[in-house]
Amino acid sequence: MLQDVSEPTPPSRPVLPGDPDALAAALAATGYLPDEGLTTAAYLALVMHRPLFLEGEAGVGKTALARALAEVTGRPLYRLQCYEGLEASQALYDWDFGRQLLHLRAAEAAHDGHATEELEASLYDRRFLLARPLLQALEDSPSVLLVDEVDRADDEFEAFLLEVLSDFTISIPELGTVRAETPPLVVLTSNRTREVHDALKRRCLYHWLEHPDFEREVAILRSRLPQVTEELARQVARATAKLRTLDLLKPPGVAEAMDWATALHALGARELDPDTAARTLGAVLKYREDTDRVQALARGALFGGG
Amino acid sequence: MAADQLVDEAKEALHPLLAPNVGGKDPLPAVVRDVVDTVLGFARTLRHAGVAASPDRVEAMLSAIGHLDVLDPTAVYWAGRLTLCASPDDLDRYDAAFAAFFGGEAPHARRSTGPEQQRVVQSAPIESSAAGEDGGEPADLATRASGDEVLRHRDVGELTIAERDQLRRLFTLLVPAAPMRPSRRRRPAAHGSVHAARTVRRALRDGGEVSRLMYHRAQPRPRRVVLLVDVSGSMSPYADALLRFAHAAVRARPASTEVFTIGTRLTRVTRELRLRDPDKALAASGGAIPDWSGGTRLGEVLKAFLDRWGQRGTARGAVVVVCSDGWERGGIELLGEQMARLHRLAHAVVWVNPHKGRAGYEPLTGGMQAALPSIDHFVAGHSLAAFERLVGVIERTPASSPLARSRRASGRGRSLQEDSDA
Repeated sequence: MLQDVSEPTPPSRPVLPGDPDALAAALAATGYLPDEGLTTAAYLALVMHRPLFLEGEAGVGKTALARALAEVTGRPLYRLQCYEGLEASQALYDWDFGRQLLHLRAAEAAHDGHATEELEASLYDRRFLLARPLLQALEDSPSVLLVDEVDRADDEFEAFLLEVLSDFTISIPELGTVRAETPPLVVLTSNRTREVHDALKRRCLYHWLEHPDFEREVAILRSRLPQVTEELARQVARATAKLRTLDLLKPPGVAEAMDWATALHALGARELDPDTAARTLGAVLKYREDTDRVQALARGALFGGG
Repeated sequence: MAADQLVDEAKEALHPLLAPNVGGKDPLPAVVRDVVDTVLGFARTLRHAGVAASPDRVEAMLSAIGHLDVLDPTAVYWAGRLTLCASPDDLDRYDAAFAAFFGGEAPHARRSTGPEQQRVVQSAPIESSAAGEDGGEPADLATRASGDEVLRHRDVGELTIAERDQLRRLFTLLVPAAPMRPSRRRRPAAHGSVHAARTVRRALRDGGEVSRLMYHRAQPRPRRVVLLVDVSGSMSPYADALLRFAHAAVRARPASTEVFTIGTRLTRVTRELRLRDPDKALAASGGAIPDWSGGTRLGEVLKAFLDRWGQRGTARGAVVVVCSDGWERGGIELLGEQMARLHRLAHAVVWVNPHKGRAGYEPLTGGMQAALPSIDHFVAGHSLAAFERLVGVIERTPASSPLARSRRASGRGRSLQEDSDA
């Protein structure tokens, strides 16, 4: 090791995994099975206090990782879903103007002789502050902060996200600066609908998530859906892997494979046959063009074969 | 996984370097220096390979290695990949550079921009007879001005080198304006819907009395413009002019304009075209385009664009401008299919065909025929005047009317809005 990384850890907190392998084992215990790269990425995000920027196809488990990490570390999870037009008042904090107004009226009605300055100061009290996810995550430290689909927000939002992520502080002019005692573990996800600004990426660890390989996918299906038989899980994983090679508009992700297995199980299927596969195809394929293409192919070739 | 193989190769390279540290608990300063040198050397290789490994990223990699086992090549691989890369495009380059550096290969420099710059120039057909006229002494202002006027309507494919030079200067004056769209972000305004927070905040200042309502309203934002420029052999007389047009568009709206070149493969040149100087920008994009003056596989490349960029969001709600003559080597069914897909995603599809400027042009090529049903605006792109008109078309971009869409869906007639070339 090049640096001494040991940090004083309060005894109340669950002990953080000491190396990537321990983290992988802990994640596996929660039902999330990461590969080596993702484990290293999550471990480094934990020890380096750097945000983790995850990109990949929809449904490969970007959001699920944040949940699993919160479970492993025993920290609360705060989630900020991004969308166009997202503003600081919805992401950082907002003043509860209605209550402030009521407070003012009540003070006036009581004629309690407060000096104007005092009254004004009492207006900008912490109890009138509405904490939004970013502020919540800093106040309730240590925590896990999930900034989901950051590519959906517009570039104005990135600017203040940058400010928060660079030193994990939020300054509120009327109240002072809120600083996280321990920087939160930040997971940013993106579906690459647009290129996120370099300045934001530079502060993060970057990881591109791939679809899992066959064995890992079977393991994920088995661990997440214990009610599904081993045979069905293997067949679903195999068929999903085949579907991914077909050059579809939307190749199915792990989430779709799980939906499919759940759907098949709900129909009482113990194994995947062409007929039930065709009936439940809507769980995996979300484009008519894709469904047409797959059904036009020899069903036996796709879903049959042991 | 490809990483495993790379790591095995790296193991041998790393071993002698790290041998003194084996078993030792405290890293020796010399070893630290070795590791730093190695990482810096690797970052250099990576920069040659085209990954922008900035110093702060390298610092992050060193810090990441510090948290991992420096003797484990896998850890070194991931520490570098997680900190130095910024997009999926970087990953292949990273793998190659990792294999090259730790596998003992000499770092290969990125192709120099020299030859490619020449290629841009090569696309000018040399007409020696006319070259003398404009190549001589600079004419006085009046003749220059009238010359500019004539030049504006000349087909860029038939210009002399000197005329082309002059036209380039005119191109820098082109200011493509962006079409606008409503956005969800609202700004304070004199009219609009009541902004409760601002109203109450103002009331607090006035001692709790709501004396005035404050308003906010949605502000228009520039709509994304995506330019797909055909750089195949048949388009080579026009590729230079089209890329200059693309450069002007990118410079005008860097955040909302994307440029890709299409030929036998798809290349994103937005980054290269952001350079201020048009000649440098063109040289840089020339260096990035591997399939210059090659064949055309429009359908396949369009599919690649839609798969990797378009469907994710680049084409959604955007004005997509395809600059091509429609010569298609691949199957035209695929092109028709992908054009229909593009049309479903985009706000409007504009097709720029340089040949359309010629008198008596009919869109008879197979590719053009397949694409026509999915085009909203079919315009010429052969002269500066045509590009000026194109600016207007992009700015207006009325999406085709619902009536036209339904007519197209039922296959009756053509919804094409042909822009006249008078």
